[in-house]
Amino acid sequence: MSTHAATRTGKKARDYVLMTAAAIVMFAPIYYLLIGSLKPSNKVLNGFAGFIPTDLSFHNYSAVFSALDSGATGYFGQFFINSFLISLVIVLGGLLVNSMAGYAFARLDWRGRDKLFLVVVLLSIVPFESVAVPLMQLMSSYRDSLIGQMLPFIVNPFSVYLFYTFFLDIPKSMEEAARLDGLGPVGTFFRIIVPNSKPAFATVAILTFLTSWGQFLWPSLMTSNPAVRPLPLEIGVFSAQTPPNWGQIFAFGTLLVLPVLVMFLVFQRWFVQSVAGSAIKG
Amino acid sequence: MTTLMTADGNPRSTKRRSQRRPDTWAGIGMSFPALLGLVLFIAIPFVYAIIFSLQNIQVSQAHPAKFWGLTEYVRLFTNPIDSGPFLRAMLNNFVFAAVVIPVQTGLALALAVLLNRKLKGVKIYRTFFFMPVVFPMALVAVIWRLILDRSSQGLLNSALNAVTFGHVQPHDWLGSSSTALASVILLSIWQGVGFQMIIVLAGLQEIPQERYEAASLDRAGAWQQFIHITVPGIRNTLIFVVLLTTILSFRVYDQVYILINTAGANQNATQTMLFQATNAVFNENDLGQASAISVILFVIVVIITVVQRAVLRQRNES
Repeated sequence: MSTHAATRTGKKARDYVLMTAAAIVMFAPIYYLLIGSLKPSNKVLNGFAGFIPTDLSFHNYSAVFSALDSGATGYFGQFFINSFLISLVIVLGGLLVNSMAGYAFARLDWRGRDKLFLVVVLLSIVPFESVAVPLMQLMSSYRDSLIGQMLPFIVNPFSVYLFYTFFLDIPKSMEEAARLDGLGPVGTFFRIIVPNSKPAFATVAILTFLTSWGQFLWPSLMTSNPAVRPLPLEIGVFSAQTPPNWGQIFAFGTLLVLPVLVMFLVFQRWFVQSVAGSAIKG
Repeated sequence: MTTLMTADGNPRSTKRRSQRRPDTWAGIGMSFPALLGLVLFIAIPFVYAIIFSLQNIQVSQAHPAKFWGLTEYVRLFTNPIDSGPFLRAMLNNFVFAAVVIPVQTGLALALAVLLNRKLKGVKIYRTFFFMPVVFPMALVAVIWRLILDRSSQGLLNSALNAVTFGHVQPHDWLGSSSTALASVILLSIWQGVGFQMIIVLAGLQEIPQERYEAASLDRAGAWQQFIHITVPGIRNTLIFVVLLTTILSFRVYDQVYILINTAGANQNATQTMLFQATNAVFNENDLGQASAISVILFVIVVIITVVQRAVLRQRNES
């Protein structure tokens, strides 16, 4: 019996060692970013010493703000606001538009529904990347605008589908009372379905925010004016300067990922569940 | 993420079919904004992609575009100037997929199995593995550009030098044609593996615990349990993860663009089809060629999706 317990303890120890080793490897680049952002610029790309926390200060952060504070380079605050506004509109607009469509397809009885739903499913296999170039040409009048960076992403056939599958599972009885009380389909949706589908909305919001915050291809096609540039595009520009100022670039990078990282750590459970849940639904 | 669709196309009827179809106006009204967006931002540009690809069309056209059929496509595959980079980009996409799919899925599976034990603090470990997923690819590229720096000051070079007591000399990981694509693959896996791990983990937790208990009673070892219970139990999840990764791997762009343009990564060895398409627009104003590449990319993704459907359907019937 004692040998049994011993092997079990041994196995546990082995698992912890494996997990810790893997965690260190996975976390090392993030640690490098955080430590580098606090180091003098010439000590970041500095062999293994760049990994050791010495000479730490917040100097790089203030330097990022002062490096980016003119009309020529753009303002850091401006890039942040651009990214924030773009993501906000895409997330909120997407929640409204895609959930209404998901509801119409899942729960309402109307002519043409099945055929149109098939269209949604078919269009969902067109990767955005393969329409990006012609779309850029078609939207040339929206070049260098925030709205041009938002519009194409509000409607998302994948989000429609996620809402659709969630709404299918809602018990019919929930709607019936509302309908009997004289609420129409729109009223039922907003008063009954929406308040009872928070996990669905959270999932779609999180997945949408994650992709819109990191967007790179579309803004690189659609913007040349720094005033409308979002953060991920600007870090590409900022890191291309010569000679590169690594401490500042890493401080910039930390500021870029911080909102998502904080959100991830706060809503971690939802985050992880939403990813897993959407996969299982599929 | 498009692979999640299991297109039965027939929403469950919430009501018996009636003559009046009571919700017709509400249905049309509520789905209209989404349908309008799909038409404007996917369907119409897609039709234009095909039209542009059949034309001799430039971004700032001095002369009107003229129809020239499949010339762009023929050029991409046979013209000595155009086909070299294009075929190389396509090859890079396929190599990327061929490495990333098995390696990333395998790693995700290993991590998920490791994290599926009932150990204290396992959730904290989960956090560490999932964290890179929230990092925008543009930032991932910048961080790894320093780790992989060609000088002896690069983190990887410095570490290798220390571990081998100076026997390994600094290597230009991103610039050398033999390691450039491998480097891109490495950082892509780092960013993406947590996403797959969580999906696999969710699949693992659906397997009933009794199966493992029964197997233990039959004296099945850990490896046997893995092969006979774990793998069949998450077969569907694994198929899903593999096909999702396949599709995403043909859409690789951000990291390649940044590493080529700001870190001097070997362009020939790392460019992908999307890089080629944007390059055709930015550097050559060649909208026709870019559109042709986009259409080819679409065809590849569709073929993968169709294969996926077939595999999934087979699984559902068995």
